[in-house]
Formats: sequence, structure tokens, C-alpha cells
Amino acid sequence: MNHYLHFVRVDENKCMGRMKCMRVCPTQAIRVRGGKAKIDDEKCIDCGECITSCPSGAIYPLTDPFGELTKFRHTVAVPSPALYAQFGQKITPAKILNGLKKLGFDDAYDLALSCGEVSFALLEYLRENSETKPLIINTCPTVVRLIQVKYPSLINHITPIDIPREIAAREVKQRKSKQYGLKEKEIGAFYITPCPAKMISIKQPAEKEKSYLDGAISISDIYGPLLSAMGNGDIEESDESIDKLCILGLGWAMAGGISRTLKLENSLTVSGLPEILKVFDDMERGSLQHIDFIEAYSCPQGCIGGSLTVENLYISYNKILRLIEELELKKIKRCPDVKEVRKKYSEGYFFKKHRLRPRPLKPLNDDLTKAIKKRKEIEKIYEKLPKIDCGACGSPTCEAFAEDVVKKERSLLDCVFMLPKKLRDLSKELSELLNKTKSINETRQNNNKSEAKDK
Amino acid sequence: MTEKENVLTREFEIKGKDFSRAGNISSKIKEILQETGISNSIIRRAAIATYEAELNVVMYANKGILYFTLDPDSIRLKIDDEGRGIKDISLAMKEGYSTATEEYREMGFGAGMGLPNIKKNADKFKISSILGKGTTLEIFFFLNNSGAS
Repeated sequence: MNHYLHFVRVDENKCMGRMKCMRVCPTQAIRVRGGKAKIDDEKCIDCGECITSCPSGAIYPLTDPFGELTKFRHTVAVPSPALYAQFGQKITPAKILNGLKKLGFDDAYDLALSCGEVSFALLEYLRENSETKPLIINTCPTVVRLIQVKYPSLINHITPIDIPREIAAREVKQRKSKQYGLKEKEIGAFYITPCPAKMISIKQPAEKEKSYLDGAISISDIYGPLLSAMGNGDIEESDESIDKLCILGLGWAMAGGISRTLKLENSLTVSGLPEILKVFDDMERGSLQHIDFIEAYSCPQGCIGGSLTVENLYISYNKILRLIEELELKKIKRCPDVKEVRKKYSEGYFFKKHRLRPRPLKPLNDDLTKAIKKRKEIEKIYEKLPKIDCGACGSPTCEAFAEDVVKKERSLLDCVFMLPKKLRDLSKELSELLNKTKSINETRQNNNKSEAKDK
Repeated sequence: MTEKENVLTREFEIKGKDFSRAGNISSKIKEILQETGISNSIIRRAAIATYEAELNVVMYANKGILYFTLDPDSIRLKIDDEGRGIKDISLAMKEGYSTATEEYREMGFGAGMGLPNIKKNADKFKISSILGKGTTLEIFFFLNNSGAS
């Protein structure tokens, strides 16, 4: 049995069984049973669509409470560059990092720097691996899990370079432990996350290696406290400058940003799961071999569109874009040293230790002959159904319902169309029977009469 | 009766010039194969071959039917189309040879890789055609000795 850890939870007291989540789930992992939403762990890819769509606020991500910070002797905040997009134009990344320190972190690390390093490393990798085209960036955990579950044949196209947040946490821990003479485990690195998916990738990385991060705090949880922390105290001179920002790193916050800041010539950017499915379908059929690089993000417009962000994602997009444009205009390239990155790259510094493996869904049966039989049963049941995907049965589509019936999780009569039909059939049968009794009685009466006559 | 129980068959219609739907059958077949637990490498090859076959009908024929059969030993695809047929099959099987119009090429199709690509991905491939009437393709994938993905 596979046990996948998920950080999306349903609060049964709040859930009203309104089925919005069931309809938006891209992998059909949600069923509504007994009026409550249930999530199938095997199918869930942690995209968070259900969280955003729930009208009752019953689906929530498990994020780490602030209290976790006290478990460590030294704490470092590692915010996603998407955090920089949450506040107005005047609030620079430097100011945000300072604000995090005021909130109680011992330090705050500019993740854009690691992102920049990884951008360079990606460039190297793209150059060396031109035969496996196109390569797909692994920064979005939902995309990685989607490929593991639904597109296992594309798994070799995912870049094996480790993600910036992991590299940053590893680096921070090594550096701080030397600096303060602490053990690495005494240093807590906390990611400030725009989405629940990254939380899960920290608790249970897709490659099954341990994360260097110790927890994740959502942008939406930290937004309010951070805003007031930034408002307090003196504005430091350094806060106003963006000269220290790594332009390559900023690109990681928005869809298309990596390709733009790296000036990649032949890339494709896609965001939003329904669109990603289309692109991966095409890719699987072999029609994207002319593309070098794919940036795919489950959330619209990339990480700034994450379900745990606060600001309107188009305004966020605008802010990141303006920062990039300003840096481009000023020709500021406060980025990692390319030579240094190449050296580290050749030493294997950027590579993940474990290979990513597919996580295909369990077939209907391990025995092919039995699986075929089951599939045929499903099709037979499906043919009887109205095929309008009303969802009233608690399964997202008629096809999914047919499958649930074959798996004996549901009965055919759970379909609102099958019950009246059954009743109709029964009543027809009943009236036929009644008629029959009637005619039998009549015949008997007639017989009795004629018998009486005869006597 | 017992023989039929473990044979799954499906029929799909393909309309000529209907580019927007090209790929739908390939996706459907992929879904069936995933559900029944066929190995990833075979699924990928079958998906590519199905898509190319679909495209051929869409581009060159008026209409066609794709017959899909899955049994415990093999996957079979048979595509019957009504269309102009192929004049010289050996030429059509050459990589890079295409009779696609300029218009199709501009759309990114007609690189002359379709049929060779189907053949390359299939375990067994048969083609026959009658000029002016249509083309029949038969594509086989064997499930026993192809190894795990």
C-alpha cells in the first residue's frame, strides 16, 4: 500500500457537501459521501484547487504555526519571491526581509539569490541535454506530481536540478552552523509559501529525500503581522534600494519569468492545470519536440497566483514585471558569479540526490485479464447512465460513477436518474401484475358464473 | 462467450478536416490503457501511433473509423478511412515524404513523418490502400515480451 501524505484537509463540521471541490479537482480525487467531501490520497496532487473553490471554507491546508519557531535556537525565514509581489510598489524586497526579522526570525534569506544560481545551473543543464527535449522545470510540486501520476512517460523530461528553496536552506544551515557554532539541526529554516503544494513538498518531497526546510508558513498567515511589522520602526536607507536584487531570481515568482530573465529563445510557458493537461497531452504525443524548455505552473500566472497569496495575482504580476524591467533598464546584474556557479555545477552541487520515480495510479486489477473485464463492466454501466455529469451522486462524472459502482463503492441506484427509472420499471411491473390479477379474478368469476349456470 | 469476456473493443469515428478533435481518441485510449495497467512505455508508443493515425485521417481522408481492441496479449488498432488513398505506399513510408499542402505545412503538419513514426512505434504494422477509395492501417503492440517501463 502506498501512503501519500497530504496537507489538504476537509473540516467535516464546515463541509456542506456543495460539490464545488469535486467538480474542479483536476485528477477527480474528490467524492462526496454522506454529504461530506472525501479526498483520495492516491489521486490527490496537492494543487489546492479545492481550497480556493470551497464556498464554505471547509478545505484548508495544514501549515505550520508560528510556535514551531521556538523549537530551534536560530531561525531563518526563506520567503518565496512571490512574497515580494504582495505589497505595493514602494515596499521593496529588502524592506520585506527586514520586516520578517522584526517578526521574530533571527534572519531572513533572499531566495532570489539561490533562484539566480539555479537559473544559471539550468542553463548549463539545458546546454548539455539538448536531446531530451523539451525539459520541464521542477519548481512547481503540483506539476511534478501531476507528471508522476498522470504522465509517467514524461518523467525524464523533468529537470533534475534541485529547487532553489532546498538549495537555499541547505546553504543557510551550513553557513549559520559555522557562524554560530550550532548544530545544523538547531537551525530552523522556514519557507514562506504561496501555495499548499510546497508545504507538502517539504513534508514529503516527491523524490523521497529529506527536505532541508523545517516547515512552511503561508503568505496569507504572515501577511497581516508582516505588514504591521514593516510599518513600525525607522525606515532604513538600504530598504529603498533594489540594487541588491537578483533579476534572475525574481523571474521565479511569475510564469515565464525564468525564460525571460535567462533570455531563453525557445521556451513555452503554461499556467493553470487545464491548460497544462493540454500541453502535456501534446507533448506525450510527440508534438513538442521542437521546444527546448517548458515552464509549467499549476497556479494561474505562476507562484504569485498561489492559493495562499493575498494580493490580486495580476497586480502581483505587474509588480514583479516592473521590478524586472527596472533592473533590466538600469542594467543591474547583482547576480551570482557565473564562473562560481559553473564550478559548483560541475561538482554536482545543484543536483538532486535521488531520481524521481513515477507514481502511476493503481490499475483496476493487477491481472490484465481481470482489469479488462472490469473496464468492460464500467463501460456497460456507463452506457446506462444519463452522461450529463450532474454530480448529484457524489462522483464528478458519470464515468467516474460507473467506476465507483464497479469498485463497489457506490450502487447504481445512487444515480438520481436510475432510481426513478427503477421505480418506473417497478410500477410498470406492478400495474402489469395488478392487471393480471384482475383478469385472473374476472376469468374466475366468469367461470364461477358459468359453473353456477351449469348446476 | 468466455473468449469475448476479456477482449475490450471500442470504435471511434474520425471526421476529415476536424483538427480540433485530433488527439481525443489518443487521450481516450491512453486512459483505458492506464486503467488496465499497461506499462508506460507501451502506452506512450500506442498514444503516439494513435495520434499520428488520427491526424492522417483528418488531413487526407473524408472520414474514418478507428477500431481499438485490447486483449491480455496485445493492443490492436485498425484504421479504415474513406479518402483518396495512397498512390505509392513505399514512397509514403519514407521519412520526410509528404503530399501535404502548403497550408498544412504552415500549420506545422505534413512533415512526412506520420506513417514512418507509426511504424517505428508499433510492434507490427500493416498498410494497404486503394487509390481513390481509402487506406487501411493495422497497428499492433504486443504486451508480453516488451519489458516493463
